[in-house]
Amino acid sequence: MPTIKEIVKQPERLAPGHRLCAGCGAPIAVRQILHATTDKVVVGCATGCLEVTTTTYPFTAWKVPFIHNAFENSAATVSGVEAAYRSLKKQGKLPADKKIKFLAMGGDGGTYDIGFQSLSGAMERGHNMVYVCYDNGAYMNTGIQRSSATPKGASTTTSPAGTVQQGKKEFPKNMTACMIAHDIPYVAQASIHNYMDAIKKFEKAFLVEGPAFVNILAPCPRGWRYPGEKTVEMARLAVESCFWALFEVENGKYRLTGESARLAKNPDKIRPVMDWMQEQGRFRHLKLPKNADLVVEIQEEVKRRWQWLLKLVEASNS
Amino acid sequence: MTRKSMTGNEAVAYAMLQVNPDVVAAYPITPQTSLMQKFADYVADGMVDTELVTTDSEHSAMSATVGASAAGARAMTATSSNGLAYMWEIVYIASSTRLPIVMPVVNRALSGPINIHCDHSDAMGARDSGWIQLFSENAQEAYENMIQAVRIAEHPDVLTPVMVCLDGFIISHGMETVEVFDTETVKKFIGTYTPQNPLLDVDNPTTYGPLDLFDYYYEHKRQQIEGMEKSRDVILDIGREFASICGKTYGHFEEYKTDDAESVILVLGSTAGTTKGVIDKMRAQGEKVGLIKLRTFRPFPHQELAGILGKFKAVAVLDRAASIGSLGGPLFTEVRCAMLGQDSVPIVNYIYGLGGRNIGMADIESVYQDLSEITASGQVKNLVTYLGVRE
Repeated sequence: MPTIKEIVKQPERLAPGHRLCAGCGAPIAVRQILHATTDKVVVGCATGCLEVTTTTYPFTAWKVPFIHNAFENSAATVSGVEAAYRSLKKQGKLPADKKIKFLAMGGDGGTYDIGFQSLSGAMERGHNMVYVCYDNGAYMNTGIQRSSATPKGASTTTSPAGTVQQGKKEFPKNMTACMIAHDIPYVAQASIHNYMDAIKKFEKAFLVEGPAFVNILAPCPRGWRYPGEKTVEMARLAVESCFWALFEVENGKYRLTGESARLAKNPDKIRPVMDWMQEQGRFRHLKLPKNADLVVEIQEEVKRRWQWLLKLVEASNS
Repeated sequence: MTRKSMTGNEAVAYAMLQVNPDVVAAYPITPQTSLMQKFADYVADGMVDTELVTTDSEHSAMSATVGASAAGARAMTATSSNGLAYMWEIVYIASSTRLPIVMPVVNRALSGPINIHCDHSDAMGARDSGWIQLFSENAQEAYENMIQAVRIAEHPDVLTPVMVCLDGFIISHGMETVEVFDTETVKKFIGTYTPQNPLLDVDNPTTYGPLDLFDYYYEHKRQQIEGMEKSRDVILDIGREFASICGKTYGHFEEYKTDDAESVILVLGSTAGTTKGVIDKMRAQGEKVGLIKLRTFRPFPHQELAGILGKFKAVAVLDRAASIGSLGGPLFTEVRCAMLGQDSVPIVNYIYGLGGRNIGMADIESVYQDLSEITASGQVKNLVTYLGVRE
């Protein structure tokens, strides 16, 4: 494993000059992914912020082969590319020593919601591909509508905080658990703030034979309502409050990584989820006295999910 | 050529065996199922090099086919009815990305109400999707259309995907004698495929599917339209070249006993066969009846039809799909459009066979009788008639 200093000297495969917002978490994730392998990579991406801002015709920021098809079919599309690779290689139509990796990406809308079936199918079929969800917790590209990844209590344009409703009513879908349930060789949860942890996970994801899934938290200053320079901090706080755990599941065995591994040993260092939420305008209404119970409820659910993860780590390693 | 007993689906699967596509991605739906099952047998027995991707849905099937084709593979899928409707979004993306995909469409009525039998509502729903649409009269034509479709789609002036339509159950499940070529002949005819800018040319990276706004989208659509326009001659050229191996020329349509015909039916698909039977019977009784069997619905041969329809005394256009709220079925409106300015020939429309409602020889005969009455009286009583329905 190269050091971070060596890694950042590698040629960039996502060119600068794209139109993503200042402070966006998504291109940080893309750099981490593409720095995690020196092999050739074909990238597929669902419709969303990352796609529209990097491929506005006649420009492209991608220095690697790239395909966008539609919103809900990034995984199915890349599964077709990967099938073509296997077929052409088998027939000798591609050189036998030509090694290519396949990456499909989507935001949380394209992964948790509209692309869920396409992803499930591609993973079940065992394609040798990596799927990465860059999770920013809402449909940011279309203007911050709630997705099934949106945290409870977050105000979005379709789950606004009003007089009788206090933001999104439901807890987020545990998408990573859904992918673990596919019993694929590698599943991980990462966060853009922990560069080396993320790169190590993407490196493993590329190395396994068969499908791999990585869910990476990629904060969005516009949707979360915080100043753009605080993106890395927002991601770190999500992990330090155990809202977002860093872990991986390799052939069924759970392992905590990064800050999450340290917090499991020092639970008194876990920060209250309000430390994370109070920095974001989307949770502003939770500071009102009338919403104190809601904050308690959110804290309890975050704790419950964290405790459950600790049990899974223990059970899968015993 | 070898004679084999085959259903239409088996004949299409046999064409796929001979074409040996690099990737096929599909999802089962009646009546397409027996086609893909047969092809899966070929895969299981190692008779093809194809990677068969059995997807979670038709939407994913078309998506994977687009991915495979963009990667540089010869790629195919197959579907029917609701399956085509479900993949509809990506059907447009396939054609606008100029991917030479070939897709058999085993025609079945669209839901609802749910129905598994033949009509053309599925293909007609995709008529503006930018795909070439070839219709087949029988299993033989479905087989031969499949082979020609590969060449048409991949032609550098065309680069447009092709649907090969065959009537559900009537053709797909009906057993016929089909004359098949030896595989070497097919391989020679289709040639090897050299994709342009494939994704797997990783040393020369290409971006597929970029965001195309008001400053370029229109030009790209215009180019796509031009690709379809150029397919008109390419289809004829390939049809003529095909004659050198099968002896039968394929054009945009086939005329049957039209030389001295007064009353003519224009129809797509298997009903053309029934109509030929009626014509033979009526001709024996001295009736001057004929048929135009349309093969290419897209591109629609407006000019060619306008050049010949004028010589008849009355024409009936038979539509196996309704275009609810329009003036008659989709084929009728195209024919009327082709005949703009030529009012001398009365042209009437019959909607028939929806949801697999049987169309018999007596029904076709009644249409010819109506046409004789129109010719005799000079009057059109019903512009649009619903044939074989209980009113």
